[in-house]
Amino acid sequence: MAEFIIFSLLNGVGYGMLLFMLSAGLTLIFSMMGVLNFAHASFFMIGAYAGYMTSTYVGFLPGLLVGPLVVGVLGAVVERYGLRRVHKLGHVAELLFTFGLAFLILQGVQMIWGVIPVPYQVPDYLNIPAFTLFETDYPAYRLFMLLTSIAIFLLLFGVLTRTRVGLIIQAALTHPEVVGALGHNVPRIFMLTFGVGCALAGLAGVMAGPVLGTEPSMAGSLGSIVFVVVVVGGMGSLGGALIASLLIGIVQTFAVGFDYSLADLFSAFGLKSSTETLMGEVWGLTISSFAPMIPYLLMVLLLIFRPRGLMGTRES
Amino acid sequence: MLEATNLHAFYGKSHVLHGVDLRVDEGEIVSLLGRNGVGRSTTVKAIMGVVPPQGTITFNGQQIAGRTPHEIAHLGLGYVPENRDIFPTLTVRQNLILGMKSTRQTGRWSMEDMFDLFPNLRERADVPGGVLSGGEQQMLTMCRTLMGDPDLIMVDEPTEGLAPKVVEQVAHLLEEIARRKVSVLLVEQKLTIALSISARVYVMGHGKIVFEGTPEDLNTNEDVRKEWLEV
Repeated sequence: MAEFIIFSLLNGVGYGMLLFMLSAGLTLIFSMMGVLNFAHASFFMIGAYAGYMTSTYVGFLPGLLVGPLVVGVLGAVVERYGLRRVHKLGHVAELLFTFGLAFLILQGVQMIWGVIPVPYQVPDYLNIPAFTLFETDYPAYRLFMLLTSIAIFLLLFGVLTRTRVGLIIQAALTHPEVVGALGHNVPRIFMLTFGVGCALAGLAGVMAGPVLGTEPSMAGSLGSIVFVVVVVGGMGSLGGALIASLLIGIVQTFAVGFDYSLADLFSAFGLKSSTETLMGEVWGLTISSFAPMIPYLLMVLLLIFRPRGLMGTRES
Repeated sequence: MLEATNLHAFYGKSHVLHGVDLRVDEGEIVSLLGRNGVGRSTTVKAIMGVVPPQGTITFNGQQIAGRTPHEIAHLGLGYVPENRDIFPTLTVRQNLILGMKSTRQTGRWSMEDMFDLFPNLRERADVPGGVLSGGEQQMLTMCRTLMGDPDLIMVDEPTEGLAPKVVEQVAHLLEEIARRKVSVLLVEQKLTIALSISARVYVMGHGKIVFEGTPEDLNTNEDVRKEWLEV
């Protein structure tokens, strides 16, 4: 049991921190534009492919620089020449723009790399156990991912709260007009924030690609979870995004490993159920088979009972 | 120093400013008075570039109409918005830091000056701006703009909703600003401090300037006061 708890916790925190890297950018961009960037997970996917391409030419580690750089620049260009123009037309146009962009990126990726997964793999020097606990190995690559994402979190938090640029970003998220009148170039700050947000997604892609599989469907499958994280955490709240990422990461990881069903609970009280009893199939479902549903369940419940999310400030 | 000629401005399709002409000279306190909704705030916003202006606006000899607010701010024009738009989650000190246009800037005002003028702000330097009282927030917004070392500061309704004692403090600060050779364009609805500290006053009505003169002129001109100012 202790083994299960420790490893689930490690994996859950690792997965949660990966979600945070994606949701941090998304939630910052949301505060800025007032709409969700549907293409955010697509930038994550581009990061994974950029990491893969770099790894085939120069190796895995340089990809950790190349990926975020490519995606960050691409994001800044999208903001400067796309979103900034569309912004004048209102939120619906912006939403449709990011939606269209997501499809465009998906089609582009399929055209270049095909629909099947590319062989982007964990490098040999990280494909070893980091430590062994209760005779189970913990992979070095997972530890590497966990530590990198914690470092990125600390860096992001430090920049946002301790530096002048960070303060300007914080202020510009809620009071862009005032910040502009004080002499700060708000459009440039927005471009920078968008670029950095995308770069974080790109970095997450470079790291997650070898574990989750680098394929065109990766944007869709992770994108919806990240969306949930931002809603649960409270749109526009970085602290909320962190808590929600960890919560969803841990809950989902534990649920996957939990092989108990309601039938087991009933039998503990002496009630027997089998597939022949009324709705027996339902009672026999294990928690692990519910695992993928849990984040969405959480989102729906939260939207009903606390629409502004765990730490959010606005209702809409 | 600042001169707006034939200034027009629109919110969507509604025409708000109908050819405003006004001028502020160096080191001068000038008030822009008028009832709610006559376009005083819009005039200031149009000068600052927050609302797109039509017409000519020159500041320190440069044409500024059509430039972005941050460019205009860098030319030395300061703007204190109404509603005390402080950054509520940032501390008083952080709010003041954001008023500076760069970290290397040295100007007429230091953070110590601000704290000397308003000891309350020093005491609460590391408290989030959102928990300050209305009066303290007003001081903070004005000080924040001063940290950018403007040559002219436009202050939109600084005394609204403040206790008489705090209104006095605002007047005192505006005079201190002018003493340091910074011009002031004060937007007010009430005459209270405007008449006692201004060199000249403008009265607005229906998106136009309807009166221009000294505070004494306005005091003796009962017609203007009755028609355009008194409620």
